[in-house]
Amino acid sequence: MKYAYFPGCSLEGTAKDFGESARAVCQALGIEIQDVPDWVCCGATPGHAYDEALGVALSVRTMLNAKRVSNSMMVLCAACYNRAKMSNHAMKTRPEIRAKVETAVGEPYAGDVEVVHLLEVLDRQYGLENLKKKIVRPLTGLKVACYYGCLLVRPPKIMQFDDPENPTIMERILATTGVELVEDWSHKVECCGAAFAMARTDVVVRCVNDILKSAEAAGADALVVACPLCQANCDMRQGEANQAFGEHHDLPVVYFTQLLGLALGLSPHQVGLQRPMISTGGLLEKLHVGA
Amino acid sequence: MVVKEIGTPEAARFRQDINRRIAGQVEKCYQCGKCSAGCPIANEMDLMPNQVIRLVQIGLKDKATHCRSIWLCAGCVTCTTRCPQEVEIASVMEAVRHVAIEEGVEPPPEVRHTATFTEVFLRSVRRHGRIFEPGMVMGFNLRSCQPMKDAEKGPKMFLKGKLNLLPHRVKDRGPVRRIFQRLVPKL
Ligand code: SF4
Ligand code: SF4
Repeated sequence: MKYAYFPGCSLEGTAKDFGESARAVCQALGIEIQDVPDWVCCGATPGHAYDEALGVALSVRTMLNAKRVSNSMMVLCAACYNRAKMSNHAMKTRPEIRAKVETAVGEPYAGDVEVVHLLEVLDRQYGLENLKKKIVRPLTGLKVACYYGCLLVRPPKIMQFDDPENPTIMERILATTGVELVEDWSHKVECCGAAFAMARTDVVVRCVNDILKSAEAAGADALVVACPLCQANCDMRQGEANQAFGEHHDLPVVYFTQLLGLALGLSPHQVGLQRPMISTGGLLEKLHVGA
Repeated sequence: MVVKEIGTPEAARFRQDINRRIAGQVEKCYQCGKCSAGCPIANEMDLMPNQVIRLVQIGLKDKATHCRSIWLCAGCVTCTTRCPQEVEIASVMEAVRHVAIEEGVEPPPEVRHTATFTEVFLRSVRRHGRIFEPGMVMGFNLRSCQPMKDAEKGPKMFLKGKLNLLPHRVKDRGPVRRIFQRLVPKL
């Protein structure tokens, strides 16, 4: 089956490594994707923070375009995924929002495009057994903590993604690669400060510092994420956290698609492992993979 | 849940307006404080999330719309997820902020930048249909009077191939313009 693929702004900009590794993984596994024609920004947090109908309308515009490709839209960015699902829910349950949005986009929309994440596709459709058969470069010797943050799991009634306090879908998928997984750590679904990166950097630095400390204490060699905002905040603010709190963070923060791609035999370059601010050289050395 | 009105009609109107916006009932809150206990931003807030809920319950609109917390809420939805009474706290924080925006309430100085960021971000979307990150960051820095903020990060990100020097625009910008014109003409 073919998915309409909504990359979103981050995956074509500051999260280019997420975008390129996601496309490479889909290609390696034969998951067919085609870009949503002329997709627009989902508005992320500012969209709905400013006006509820605005946030919904921006996602709806993209979902209407997605229909030209498929009725299932695959989304990788946690924010775009959250907004698409929230918008479908609003269109189904809030008649006054739906009326405003339909006037603004100029078309009827019933909230009926199915929104799926690559993690869900791998877990529920592709199947972990099939995935295991494709692993050619086991990631043994590396220990990682899977960090989910907010947007994939909350609000659980609408996201219906995984357990909201202890999700394990990333662990299940990465377990096929032979990587060692941190079992218990406290900050798996804590907020990274998200959209305050610019406006209240101090808040983000405090949140990130706590997340990194928790992962390091659990013995992680890296943090694995599925959200461009989590990646940017945890990766780019380590220096500031070190300064503010007298810590010595130096923890690589990578996307699950980058590790999975590596295990599927792709080169570090093909999955963008040269792009994070905190060098991933140490990880590759542990895995005996030459850059 | 049946609610007995005891406050002024004005107070009741504010509470009902918020209930309508969140499609829920703030009256269900019994002030256990669990929402505030798990809030990652509670440190920086002037009113705890459960206190904002209380203000809405008793209809103190001015106090609620003038607090810092509604601009500091990160929308992480931890509170809503954990509330034993299924109160949509995150939606309440947002709904009170929407009332403040609609009525032109100036955000307090400590949180002015969060409102500025929201506006700069959305104007970038209105213009290009997508976010042009470097342009947005520069726009924010200028409007928030901190031109050199994160300046050292730009060249590093460029070398890592994480910055686009030109915006990636949507082909047809009409539909996005129309959405903004219809829904938020004042932005
Ligand atoms: S968790 Fe729910 S019931 Fe408890 S104080 Fe917060 S809103 Fe009220
Ligand atoms: S949604 Fe807002 S109020 Fe609720 S826990 Fe998160 S930051 Fe706090």
